[in-house]
Order: sequence, then C-alpha cells, then structure tokens
Amino acid sequence: MVERSVTVPPGVGLHARPASLLVQAAAGASISVTVARPDGDPVNARSILALLGLDVRGGERVVLRADGPGAEETLDRIARVVTAMPPADG
Amino acid sequence: MADPIGPLRGVGASPGVGVGPVVRLADRLPEPPRDAPTDDPVAAWAQASDALAAVAADLEERGRRAGPEARAVLEAQVLMVRDPDLAAEVARQVRAGSTAARAVYDAFGSYRTSIAAAGHYVAGRVADLDDVCHRTVARLSGTPPPGLPTLTEPAVLVARDLAPADTAVLDRTKVVAFATEEGGPTSHTAILARALGVPAVVACPDVSALPEGVTVMVDGGSGVVRADPTVEELAAVRGNGARSATGVATTGSAAASGLDQGRTADGDPVELLANLGDPADLAGALAHGAEGIGLFRTEFCFLDRSVPPSEQEQAALYRQVLGAFGGRRVVARVLDAGADKPLRFLPPQRREPNPALGLRGVRLLRRYPELLAGQLRALAEAVSGTDADLQVMAPMVADLDDAQWFVTACRDVGLVAPVGVMIEVPAAALRAAELAVEVDFLSVGTNDMAQYAFAADREVGAVARLQDPWQPALLDLVACVAAAAGAAGVPCGVCGEAAADPALAGVLVGLGVTSLSMSAGALPAVRAALATHTGAACRAAAAAARAAKSPAEARATARGALSTR
Repeated sequence: MVERSVTVPPGVGLHARPASLLVQAAAGASISVTVARPDGDPVNARSILALLGLDVRGGERVVLRADGPGAEETLDRIARVVTAMPPADG
Repeated sequence: MADPIGPLRGVGASPGVGVGPVVRLADRLPEPPRDAPTDDPVAAWAQASDALAAVAADLEERGRRAGPEARAVLEAQVLMVRDPDLAAEVARQVRAGSTAARAVYDAFGSYRTSIAAAGHYVAGRVADLDDVCHRTVARLSGTPPPGLPTLTEPAVLVARDLAPADTAVLDRTKVVAFATEEGGPTSHTAILARALGVPAVVACPDVSALPEGVTVMVDGGSGVVRADPTVEELAAVRGNGARSATGVATTGSAAASGLDQGRTADGDPVELLANLGDPADLAGALAHGAEGIGLFRTEFCFLDRSVPPSEQEQAALYRQVLGAFGGRRVVARVLDAGADKPLRFLPPQRREPNPALGLRGVRLLRRYPELLAGQLRALAEAVSGTDADLQVMAPMVADLDDAQWFVTACRDVGLVAPVGVMIEVPAAALRAAELAVEVDFLSVGTNDMAQYAFAADREVGAVARLQDPWQPALLDLVACVAAAAGAAGVPCGVCGEAAADPALAGVLVGLGVTSLSMSAGALPAVRAALATHTGAACRAAAAAARAAKSPAEARATARGALSTR
C-alpha cells in the first residue's frame, strides 16, 4: 500500500469543480485509489458522492492510498491534481 | 388596496427589479413506493442502469448548450449519475427486491444525509443531487422530468430551488425574475441569475404561498417579493426601466422600446453603455437599453487565428457593431492581448513569470505597431460613410509616453475618431491630469485597476477579498481620475464590474464619472437605481464611501447616504 498525504489548497475545498477534477483523475487511473481524512475511513476516489460527503475544506489534509502496479506514479499524479486545484468561485 | 399577502422577505441574490405573473416550477416528484417489490432483479438493474445512462447523456447535452458556470455544475452532476459507488448501491438494492425507481431513490438518499450535513459549499450540492435523483426516478416512472414549464409569456419563476439543468437552458427572454424558497447567495440560482442579469431573491420560504398567475414584484436588491404591487409601486419601477412582463420589453430595439436615458433623479445625464465581447451579444445590449457600447473588446476577431484577420474582414465585423448602434457612441478598445491571451500568429513570447505585469495591452502593440495600424485602418474604413460615433481607446496605458504614442498611431493612419485611453494602472491614475490633456476621454477599468492597486491577481481566488470594487483605495483612484478628467473637460467612463452594482454606480457618479459601461443585463437595475438618487446624494455617498475604512463600511455608509436623500 502506497500513501500520499496532501494539503488541499487554501480557499478550495473538495466540492463541485475540485471534486470533479479529482474524480476524473482517479477514473483515468488503472488501479483504484482511495481518499481519506487523516484518521477517517477511506472512500473511493472515483465516487464524487463519497468525496462530497467527506466535506474536505481548503487547507485540510487528505491521505491518498493505492496498491498495485504503478501506485507511486498514480498517486503522484493525483496528488498534483489536488495541489494545483483552481480556487473556488462559488 | 391592501396587499392580501404582505411583503415576503428573502435574500437579494441578483440586483434589479422584475415584475410579472408567477409561474411555478413543478413540485418535486413523489417518493417511489417502497412496497412494490420486484421479483426480477436482473431486469430492474438493467432499467436502472439504462435510466442513469440516459440522464447522464441528457445532462451532458444540456452542458453543451449552457454557459461556462452552468456547464461546470452539469459536469459534476454527470459524475454523480455515473458514480460507480452509486451504481453498486443500486445493484445491492435491486438484489434485495427493490424496484429500479426505489433503488435509485434510496441509493441517492444514502449520500444525501452526509452531503446535507457538510459545510455550506458542499451542502449546496444537495440540490444538484436531488435534481439528478428525480430526473432518473421520473424516467423510470414514465413521468416528465422535474423542470421548467414551457414559458409562453414573460414571467417570474417561483420554485423551491432551481436546478442548474433547468436554468442552463432557460429562455432568458421569458424570465423577468426568480424567487426561490431555498438557496443562498452562493447557490446556483444566485450565480446563474447574476450571470443572466435576471433579478433574483433566494431563501424566501414564503414564496411557496404565492398562487400561480398572481403578479409579483421581485426586488433583487432589497430581497423583498411583493404580491399584487400597487399601481404606484409598479409605475415607480416601470418608469425606471425595471425588467417587466408588460412594461419595458426585454426584446426588440432600444429605440423602439423607448427606454429612458440614464440620469439621476434631478436629471443629470449619466450615459449607460454596454460592454460587448462579440457581435452576437448586440441584441442583448439593445434589448437592455444600452445607449451605446462603452467597451467593445475587439479581441474576438484575433483570438484562435493562425493568421491575422485582413483589414477588410475586420472592417466588416466592426461595421456590424457600428451599424447596430446608429449614431450612438461605440468605444472600440484596440487589441488587448498578451502572455495570458496569446495570439497564435505572433512569434511565441518569452515565458513571463507574471503575465499580468508583462508584455500586454498597449505594450504589445508598441512591439507590433503594424498590427495596430492595420486595426486602426480597418476601424477608419468601417466608420467612413456612416453616422456612427466611433471612439477608440488603448488598453493598459501606464504613462504619458504610452498615451502619446497611441494618439500618434491613430493620427498616422488618418483616423479622425476621438481617441482615449484606459486607466487600469495606478501610475496612470495618479498622473491622470497629464494624460487627460492629451486625449479625448478616459475610461477606468476597475477590475484590472484593483488587481494592480492591491497586488491581487484576478485569477487567484485566495486574494479575492482585495478585488472588492468597494475597496476605499480603489474609489480613491477612480476619484483621482474623474477629477483630472473633469478639470481637463474630457469625459470619464468606468467599465468593469463596479459599474454593474446599482449602489456603487451611484457612488461612481458622485465621484464625477460621466458614463458607466457594464454587461448589458445589469443596465436596467443600474438605470432604475440612478433615477432614484439626486446628484447631491451620489456625491454624499461617494464621500461617505471614501471616508470608510473597509469595503463593508463603504457599502453600508454609501447605501445609507443614497437612501436618506
């Protein structure tokens, strides 16, 4: 199991558009990826409904996990999507 | 006559006043029955997954027809309908004996609670979730999807909440206002209403009591919805150009609709102009009573081109815009491109660490003077032989040298039109007096001015607080420009979001601004607001706003000054 801990940029929050970007990135991966709050249960990164339910706000940390071939590269790519998220506009 | 239903109070979410008969959005579908189990889970699963796929395809299609704000929301909704965890939950429910409709309803319901309990941004997505759930259930039950009735007459749309899927394909010529029971200032109803220029009141639970067909007046500024407004109240807003189902038309030409010219309550004229980015928006500008075009962004004919457009092609496009406005003022801003708006036909620019501060606006034109000369010749050709009042202005002028260079460039091609400069750089605002004597008019671009004055990138949401057009320092800069223009006897316009805020428009007039240019949808509300304020009230509001120590205080004290006089 490979892990990455990333901070969602301040002022973003995993709602609507940012969550869509994360889901699309995860859907493009060949292995499954989970997202969790640091001490919380992991949810499927391809599920926008589950991600919205996490209610992750800007400045908070999330833990990405994956297992299997290419897990390191996959998580690096998804982590970059999270850290480069555009700011919220409502 | 006393109102049978007193004024209903909600939250103003999009400024302006709209009057018209209530059309109610169909209420939500009833919950699918729980006690109708299926004995064919395979068939139920096939029905459910077909319905989910069809709803996703429908939302994708709506997204293609929608504007950018709505498209982003619809894309998120498509992801909800295609959510793999949701599909797994639907499959689990049908295996346990649920019908397809009930399984879909319960599967969405299992996510609803956690999303509704989240912070307000996420909680706003509950309406999106409910919408996709109901669309899918409706498809499975063979009932029409929730959504807008087909509007045949202009109307005030009343709903519990509006789903982006509905508003994205709304016939904006038929809706004079929105009033919703739910939603907040950041809800989609609010955002879309502002994008469409339609007045809106949200979070007004009592609108559920309004019967279909009753005439209501929706004041998106104060957040009040009034049923059966009195003749006096109607006359007050109609005379001032509110959007109305029966008063000023929202279609047809401004000349035909007889819209009042912009003026204060004591009759001082304030030219109310539209910003135009594309000739396709001309109809909207005319329909909202624009007295001319205050900011004609000419970039549209240059972007996405591998070779520059010919002068003949440019002239034909410019003639289209000039023709639509007859003898009225059209201010063409010459090509405003740069690192963040690259032109494919120019050699690639060196990568700039900060595009907002780089080779853009008039600076780029000074590097490629023939590009500007060609555009100016095309503008001169477009105006020749017409009665159009063409004016030209340069973007992002920083100092006297930029201004003089541009004036010379215009004269060198024999263009006789008035020549102005945009004041967007604080240095140019501070030295506006020496620029004003060189040119025929000044036009303040408040969005970029805020960006440069506050060192706050317009594209960075984290510093959006500093982009507030009510920032007293920004108002100081506008005051400085307006005073310099006044002393030199040249007009001073404002284009940018600031001009579109009805209260701030009064403040700008009080600062000495002589014309306001905004997205066309904002014109009726600004026209109506200005007509209620005297010049003295505007000046008092301007002084109060500049004396304030924060944008919030400026807003409050200016509104106070405007409403007490």
